[in-house]
Amino acid sequence: MIKEYLTISDVAGPLIVVEKTIDVKYQELVEIELSSGEIRRGQVLEITEDKAVVQIFEGTTGIDVSNTKVRFLGKVIELPISLDVLGRIFDGSGRPIDDGPQIMAEKKIDINGNPINPYARDYPNNFIQTGISSIDVLNTLVRGQKLPIFSGSGLPHAKLASQIARQAKVLGKEEKFAVVFAAMGITFEEANFFISDFRRTGAIEKSVMFVNLANNPAVERIITPRMALTCAEYLAFEKDMHVLVIITDMTNYCEALREVSAARKEVPGRRGYPGYLYTDLANLYERAGRIKGKKGSITLIPILTMPEDDKTHPIPDLTGYITEGQIILSRELHHKGIYPPINVLPSLSRLKDKGIGLNKTREDHPNVMNQLFASYARGKEAKELAVILGEAALTEIDKKHVKLSDNFEEVFVKQGEDENRTIEDSLNIGWKLLTIIPKEELKRIKDELIEKYLPTDITMEDKDINVVKG
Amino acid sequence: METAKITKVAGPVVVAKGLKNAKMYDVVKVSSQKLIGEIIELSKDSATIQVYEETSGIGPGESVFSTDMPLSVELGPGLISSIYDGIQRPLDILKSTRGDFITRGAEAFAIDRKKKWDFEPISKKGDKVIFGDIIGTVQESSIVKHKIMVPYGIQGEIKEIYKDKFTVTDTIALIKDQEGSIHEIKMLQKWPVRRPRPYKKKLPPLEPLITGQRIIDMFFPITKGGTACIPGPFGSGKTVVQHQISKWCNAEIILFIGCGERGNEMTDVLLEFPELIDPYSGKPLMERTILIANTSNMPVAAREASVYTGITIAEYYRDMGYNVALIADSTSRWAEAMREISGRLEEMPGEEGFPAYLGTRISSFYERSGRIKCLGSDDKEGTLSIVGAVSPPGGDLSEPVTQNTLRTVQVFWSLQDKLAYKRHFPAIDWLTSYSLYLSGLTDYYNKKIGEEYMELRNKSMALLQEEAELEEIVRLVGVDALSTHEKLILETARSIREDFLLQNAFDITDSYSSTKKQFLILKLIMMFHENAEKVIENGVTIEKLNALPIKAKIIRAKYIEEKNLKAFSEIEKEIISQVSSTTD
Repeated sequence: MIKEYLTISDVAGPLIVVEKTIDVKYQELVEIELSSGEIRRGQVLEITEDKAVVQIFEGTTGIDVSNTKVRFLGKVIELPISLDVLGRIFDGSGRPIDDGPQIMAEKKIDINGNPINPYARDYPNNFIQTGISSIDVLNTLVRGQKLPIFSGSGLPHAKLASQIARQAKVLGKEEKFAVVFAAMGITFEEANFFISDFRRTGAIEKSVMFVNLANNPAVERIITPRMALTCAEYLAFEKDMHVLVIITDMTNYCEALREVSAARKEVPGRRGYPGYLYTDLANLYERAGRIKGKKGSITLIPILTMPEDDKTHPIPDLTGYITEGQIILSRELHHKGIYPPINVLPSLSRLKDKGIGLNKTREDHPNVMNQLFASYARGKEAKELAVILGEAALTEIDKKHVKLSDNFEEVFVKQGEDENRTIEDSLNIGWKLLTIIPKEELKRIKDELIEKYLPTDITMEDKDINVVKG
Repeated sequence: METAKITKVAGPVVVAKGLKNAKMYDVVKVSSQKLIGEIIELSKDSATIQVYEETSGIGPGESVFSTDMPLSVELGPGLISSIYDGIQRPLDILKSTRGDFITRGAEAFAIDRKKKWDFEPISKKGDKVIFGDIIGTVQESSIVKHKIMVPYGIQGEIKEIYKDKFTVTDTIALIKDQEGSIHEIKMLQKWPVRRPRPYKKKLPPLEPLITGQRIIDMFFPITKGGTACIPGPFGSGKTVVQHQISKWCNAEIILFIGCGERGNEMTDVLLEFPELIDPYSGKPLMERTILIANTSNMPVAAREASVYTGITIAEYYRDMGYNVALIADSTSRWAEAMREISGRLEEMPGEEGFPAYLGTRISSFYERSGRIKCLGSDDKEGTLSIVGAVSPPGGDLSEPVTQNTLRTVQVFWSLQDKLAYKRHFPAIDWLTSYSLYLSGLTDYYNKKIGEEYMELRNKSMALLQEEAELEEIVRLVGVDALSTHEKLILETARSIREDFLLQNAFDITDSYSSTKKQFLILKLIMMFHENAEKVIENGVTIEKLNALPIKAKIIRAKYIEEKNLKAFSEIEKEIISQVSSTTD
């Protein structure tokens, strides 16, 4: 028997306080019926002997103290799931919004999930070819990794994410693959971009989308990514699929969290975000991974827009501490017309070392990667120097590095939105770029590899991009 | 056993009424699911409990059971090679009983009760023993001999001691104390984690903890029994440095605490350590390692406990007379766990929301390190070194966790992301890092490695310092404004950075350098410098010096294998002959 309460005592922000409650549990799912008959859902945040604090996902507008009915449903929030979810679009709370039928659930799963036992994890070391040189060669993505994209407002992160979703594949074998997409607080245009891009390329058949738009309730954003990740866990660990999860935009998620925290009058941490932001984000991000003995995997690409492009803002900062690297987009490159505007120097993939090299990509990959990083960094530094002192102040070798770094951005980083480069192509472009600097400067490459791979028949003329592409 | 009723649930914090005899930090079991919790606040008959597991589905009215015991760890043979969560539950056992995900209310013994160990007595019947005395040993792993000590609080005469195969709960000896009562001695002991294990007295550190990492051993060494911290923004390679230390350092026992960090990093350790070979014993590294893994998504209260669990186990091995190294990655996550719980308790916050007692907790944690004279009658010595990673938000070292840590630790390895961007690893900044142990270690180094060690180190540090100043000038007026001598300084400093300090953790040969080899490489570089200094006075240019074929050999010196160190003297000769040939 579910009891109905008419005892709301306070309404504040997204929270209501219900009195005289009996037998209510922490994090229990709550249904409230407004005097208009509208049904909303919520979750218990705090519970004492006779009082429960409930957060309402759809907001508290229109709730009154005397006529609103509250029912505690005796269970936590669950996602009804079966393989039918593939190809479907849901709202942020998991209700279909694509005019299709309700999901015939095979089972219902608690969306909070459980932490993977570290002992049960398998190390991610399968190279994923995204077809994007600056990711494949320098910031390699591997299966089971969590690699966020740090972007800024106005930068083409959506394009990049959908290009990755489209092109990502593991070399060698065909395997069951799915994309789970969660959108929190993004605009209709951006959501529409993803949906129509997925439709255009046929990816939608293999996708599950959870969409909470900017004008949908903010508090709902707290459960949207959990829905998506629960769905991904089901597909990966019960149905043996390799799942790529794209979550955008984490900044909106954190803001929703802050809103709830403020309404609860909690002691704030940095910039008003709750002190448990790290733990909360980790509970989402750490659901990615591989498990020993299971075929499937979850690879997670969260996207976040850095407020004021500031990497030290709590959201990118805490994210960077949890995820295994980051892809950082640069406004400067974007203005130069370079797509994808990936700033490779501060970008990083922590898991790349186990996923590249002999038998994974190509034996020269680790060395080429280090050399390109080092030479590009040196070229950039020399260029800064030249701004102050003029070109004349540079040594011959520095000038060559400058040339390399310019060409690097133009031919290595820059590529078409539908251009899908194989890893060999990307590495070969790298080698051609390295012909710009003298052979003795290739300190990070082993001699035998230089012997084997360094092209001897081409010379690079100034900015002669065609030669490199050749 | 006392039971009480829950009156409030807010995340990991639960309040219960009716625990009249409860003491602070007693362990309790919450609800019928038996979730493990610890009392962290008492007022009259209500107790505030931090619960080490997820509390969803728990509500007021449910029961809380007291165990009348503080949070303790189990100590005894079987610890080595284990992987535990923050409250010493064995994760491998949980996987086999509970599946791939950690579900709530899981219970398992930390130490296997069934396994039989070969107990080899050292004491004999009639011996007078005091607590801390070693009465026998057990071969715990191929490297570690586990010494069975008389438990704390017991002393007297051994009435019986047996030699046989025993489980940890079997009686291995009987001790009769002065009052005449007989104590049954078992291999399994318990110790409350928040109470440091006692010792006779603390001694000043004596020897360096060799890590095989050139910048650490040569420039900023840590001692056995010392403390160090590695603060750095994300992506600056903290974890790799910590893994390197736990792989290669010359302690006999390693405790690695993954405190609120990534799950895949623990997996990395778990997969890699059994395959890596300890350079000192030739056996797999896992045979001397204990792992505590409380990853970021595991319950936050258990994260708070994980560093105490780790250090108590470390102290136990120290008390046997071993050199123990404890690596904590990361102490910031531990501090954040404290902050989170303090916030739920609605305590008045200090700086940045951290509790006011943050500083005390951090310093008392690091103070559990040291070189000590162990309890017992045989005056054995043990050391416990602590290396703690700090993850300052935004890389800003002025934040409270870093500042409180720096106040306590003696060694500071400052990681810089700008070095990491250039792929200079380990990204330890040579200008801002420091080691307060340096002067105390001079004798040791000069004796064990080479007479010129200190001189060599100081000279190369001075060159690096000069480089920083010269670079300022270059930035303003260009490299041509420098004299040949100054250009040589820049060249040598670069050589120190690239050919000595830069060390590739993923290269088989370069990953570990013995101190001998470290010394030899640095000597090559400085030898070239000194010889070059002489010839540039005669008008030899930098370009001519850089073109010498010997330069390439110096660059490759770090790839010379340990068994091949004779090769260095050849290169030394070549340096002298080639550099002097430039004046011809």
